[in-house]
Amino acid sequence: MVQAPVKEPFDLHGAVGLSVENVTRRFQTRRGVLAALEGMSLHARAGEMVAVVGPSGCGKSTLLELICGLQRPDCGRVDSEPAALMPQRDLLLPWLSALDNASLALRVAGTPRRQARAQAAPWLERFGLGDFRDTRPAHLSGGMRQRVSLLRSLLAGKPVLALDEPFAALDAITRHEMHGWLARVLAAEPRTVVLVTHDVEEAIVLADQVVVMSPRPGRAVAAIDVTLPRPRHATDPSVVELRDRALSALGVER
Amino acid sequence: MKRVAVRAIVLLALLAGAWEAYVDLGGADPLILPAPHAVAHALYIDRALLWRNFLVTAEEIVLGILVAATAAFALAVALHFSRRTLRPAVYPLLVASQTVPIPMVAPLFVLWLGFGILPKLVVIALVSFFSIVVTTLAGLAAVDPELIKLMRTFDASRARIFRHVELPAALPGLFTGAKIAVVVAVIGAVFAEQAGSNAGLGFVFQQAIAQLLTARAYAAVAILSAFAIALFALLSAAERLALPWAYETPGEHPR
Ligand SMILES: Nc1ncnc2c1ncn2[C@@H]1O[C@H](COP(=O)(O)OP(=O)(O)OP(=O)(O)O)[C@@H](O)[C@H]1O
Ligand SMILES: [Mg+2]
Repeated sequence: MVQAPVKEPFDLHGAVGLSVENVTRRFQTRRGVLAALEGMSLHARAGEMVAVVGPSGCGKSTLLELICGLQRPDCGRVDSEPAALMPQRDLLLPWLSALDNASLALRVAGTPRRQARAQAAPWLERFGLGDFRDTRPAHLSGGMRQRVSLLRSLLAGKPVLALDEPFAALDAITRHEMHGWLARVLAAEPRTVVLVTHDVEEAIVLADQVVVMSPRPGRAVAAIDVTLPRPRHATDPSVVELRDRALSALGVER
Repeated sequence: MKRVAVRAIVLLALLAGAWEAYVDLGGADPLILPAPHAVAHALYIDRALLWRNFLVTAEEIVLGILVAATAAFALAVALHFSRRTLRPAVYPLLVASQTVPIPMVAPLFVLWLGFGILPKLVVIALVSFFSIVVTTLAGLAAVDPELIKLMRTFDASRARIFRHVELPAALPGLFTGAKIAVVVAVIGAVFAEQAGSNAGLGFVFQQAIAQLLTARAYAAVAILSAFAIALFALLSAAERLALPWAYETPGEHPR
């Protein structure tokens, strides 16, 4: 089966990637002004994967929404190519089949149904979902739903992918499987990726750079470059070493 | 499904038996409360009259529901799109419309619209409109805001978000509203016919009461009840057929 790329592969060399420069984002709440982010910076070269780890409520989802243009910063700059979000919950539409869910990003951007399905079908195959293209989400496993969701965001065809704890709801085995899927997808379809995760190990195994955030108001307290060869394993000594560095930046005593 | 029907019939038979015993043992004057056997007898001997008038009422109800569903759905969408302006202005009126006693306004519609089917449609639509608006609006509003954000990162226009996400999500609400509506629509039809009409089961009911033919009046009501149940069941079946996903409990999960 011919596996047509979604679009012409992006020329990621020389592209800007994305930069978040000294960004502050505040919310007006009933109990006054709440600063979610204060002086947050993050830089990703085109084609790079940056993992963002930080305590709950430190503004990680807010950061992704800023990158996707769903919010504006109060101070600072966000420069990013167009970004598609992949939410933590899969948010698949229960009335659509796996194939129609996967092609939804194309559909809502105006692609006719047949064309959108034809574009998504080979990807479903490649994601190991070929036998489930007509199955609705209620009858898919958690890992399958997550794959459909990832595919849907990928097929949006944006140069940047903003993944918000995409694998948090999965069991350890399925999550490990999903890491493999993600790596293969990105090898075939390079994107600049911002991956928010609670899991420091996941961050180091997957990413080129790990940005550690402070508790709210969130800002970057460390940016750790991960240059280890792939595939990486959580038990590799160099992975463990970087993990401990990230954990101590998070303030977790070992 | 069959089992459910059997249970409903058994319960109905028990209730009818108790009712029959109550009247036969002198608990109530048959002119006020006819026994089930008398109602059954009236159903049989008046069958031509009842059938003729049933057709009139059934047409009013079905058309009335269609009018109500169309208008209510359109209004729900309008209120959804104008959450800030239209919705707060219209919602109180909508609630108030349900408190208006139909016998009070039905003669007014007859005065304006004559003795034909039109005033009946208006009354039926008026009583059944509300539930459809409320449930459809609830369906539209229940769409996860995260989902809307997600669609916006896919460059979805407002219209496409509505068409692909909100509209399908609102359909179960539309069906729920319509199921409530068919039941009140039957009451609406009776009131509308009593306000000015020379045909229909509501008319038959009124005449029969005036002539002390209580069993016939009860027979008319029995037919209306059966019709409401049939419409309700029909809508439920249509819903299962049209929206199978709304009934799916996460089944066996392949890995
Ligand atoms: N629209 C909003 N209005 C008011 N407060 C908000 C809004 N969005 C986020 N916040 C607040 O900003 C802070 C950061 O929220 P955010 O969702 O970005 O955190 P997070 O790092 O993603 O947390 P988690 O790890 O739990 O997902 C939280 O305290 C949250 O309550
Ligand atoms: Mg979050």
